[in-house]
Amino acid sequence: MEQLLQYFFLYKEEIFIIALSVFLGIEVIAHVPSVLHTPLMSGANAISGVIIIGGIILTGHADTTRISMELILGILAVIFGTLNVAGGFVVTDRMLEMFKKKKQGGHHE
Amino acid sequence: MNNVLGTFEGIPYTSGEAILELSYLIAALFFVYGLKLLSHPETARRGNFFAAGGMILGMTTTLLLHQNAEGQGIALTNVWIILTAIATGSVIGWVLARKIKMTAMPQLVSFFNATGGAASMLVALLEFPNADMDNPASVLVTLLGLVIGAIAFSGSLIAYGKLDGKIGDIRAPFLKYVNLLLLFLTVGLMAYLLVPGGTPETSAWIIYLLLALALLYGVLFVMPIGGADMPVVISLLNSLTGIAAAMAGFIYDNQAMVLGGILVGAAGTILTVLMCKAMNRSLLNVIVGAFGGGGAAASGGEGAEPKEATLSDAAILLSYSRNVVIVPGYGLAVAQAQHACHELDALLAAKGVNVRYAIHPVAGRMPGHMNVLLAEADVPYSQLVEMDTINPDMPNTDVVVIIGANDVVNPAAITDPGSPIAGMPIIRAFEAKNILVMKRGRGKGYAGIENELFTNDKTRMLYGNAKETLQKLIGEVKSL
Repeated sequence: MEQLLQYFFLYKEEIFIIALSVFLGIEVIAHVPSVLHTPLMSGANAISGVIIIGGIILTGHADTTRISMELILGILAVIFGTLNVAGGFVVTDRMLEMFKKKKQGGHHE
Repeated sequence: MNNVLGTFEGIPYTSGEAILELSYLIAALFFVYGLKLLSHPETARRGNFFAAGGMILGMTTTLLLHQNAEGQGIALTNVWIILTAIATGSVIGWVLARKIKMTAMPQLVSFFNATGGAASMLVALLEFPNADMDNPASVLVTLLGLVIGAIAFSGSLIAYGKLDGKIGDIRAPFLKYVNLLLLFLTVGLMAYLLVPGGTPETSAWIIYLLLALALLYGVLFVMPIGGADMPVVISLLNSLTGIAAAMAGFIYDNQAMVLGGILVGAAGTILTVLMCKAMNRSLLNVIVGAFGGGGAAASGGEGAEPKEATLSDAAILLSYSRNVVIVPGYGLAVAQAQHACHELDALLAAKGVNVRYAIHPVAGRMPGHMNVLLAEADVPYSQLVEMDTINPDMPNTDVVVIIGANDVVNPAAITDPGSPIAGMPIIRAFEAKNILVMKRGRGKGYAGIENELFTNDKTRMLYGNAKETLQKLIGEVKSL
């Protein structure tokens, strides 16, 4: 018990951020209509590509004078992260564009 | 940018570092606001731009301003390497996202999710040697980033393969125990590494073993999951990728990563819960996979044969109706019949028939699949009606046309408590005055659940590929 309290105190800022972010995430999308399920999922998917920042930091400080596993895997992480980010946002936009197109049209031939 | 502003807990910090942190705050706010806008139809597209803007901001400032513990920024060579990697990823991502057919959307979303999981896995793997082994919290976030990222990666790849038809379902009762064992081993190894005393060098082999176990678990946990459960699994994997990114965020003490990751984790969890509710099943039930058993004994019995309709009968029935409801399912996507379907509904509308679509939340292979599919064919948004709204209108519906859907209209969910889908909310097609079913073959639906709707007196079947059947039907309606 004492150890748990100790951990809570040591990491209180992190725990606050987790707790509040979970609440925020639930609040923000709680009443999403089912039309938007796919775009919301794929947009959120693109946001999880935020891991790219980790990839940039890793590769940014890697030793480039020789080819190391760290460098190769770091570059791979950046490529994968960007794929997730770019692909995710573009595909979401493509879907939403379709929804939009119809809204203006309203009627069909 | 390199002038020292002051000291924080004894360590000097520069204005560049302060600006970097500020940019992360702005990026995080953009994520939240973007997600908020994304959940309303009118603002969704703008929301996507906001989230993307936040991401570009975070990436740019990291590249320009990040300093390591020794206070060194990112060297120019590294900047070029990173920019090249980013350009490569962007071009591939952009091309895939733009060029792939809309009907392949579930696969594509899974594929992008896999890349996110892979990135988290790699980052955590590379950061493990820098973890403070005497600090369990530091080790824990690294391990969680690695394991969750790996599961999301391999799981999403399998989901991609299954959605693309490259991988079939593998169902074996023992798989349940294998998965449980893998999960135990993974958690056990993580607990072992959390005990202070080891060094990153002595623990290296355990890390690779852990990585292998997590990858294998991801494969085996998605493998037995059937097509109808795919929406649940896809949202779950999506949420896992977010959590993995958040864990990696703790490694760097980066609040934008933590907040972004947790937001996605929470959003994915909500979708997962929604999908489970739409099937009246628990998440555990989906993962362990109870479908396929049990119900077989409950049904059977009657053995009445479904009655077939001719195309001209169907055409006359539809043309002289006042209210028609179309229930699309995965079969519509497989046959890529969405355009033909819209052509039919437009043709009927021109004859004064009121045509609407009834959308079940888990119809298809991902959340919202039918909405995306029909939107691609330009079916107006106002014609798509959610299950709960359309059900009360069913008794006044002259014809309900079921295209490639099965379980979501199966009355056994209401009438047969022993059925595997008992209690699942369904579209009450059986209440309509006439029922037309377009079905590829005479076989049973997913997991062989008998559907008594097909043998209902009001039901007429149209067998064959949905697209061809629709095209012939359109011809018949036109010739009337």
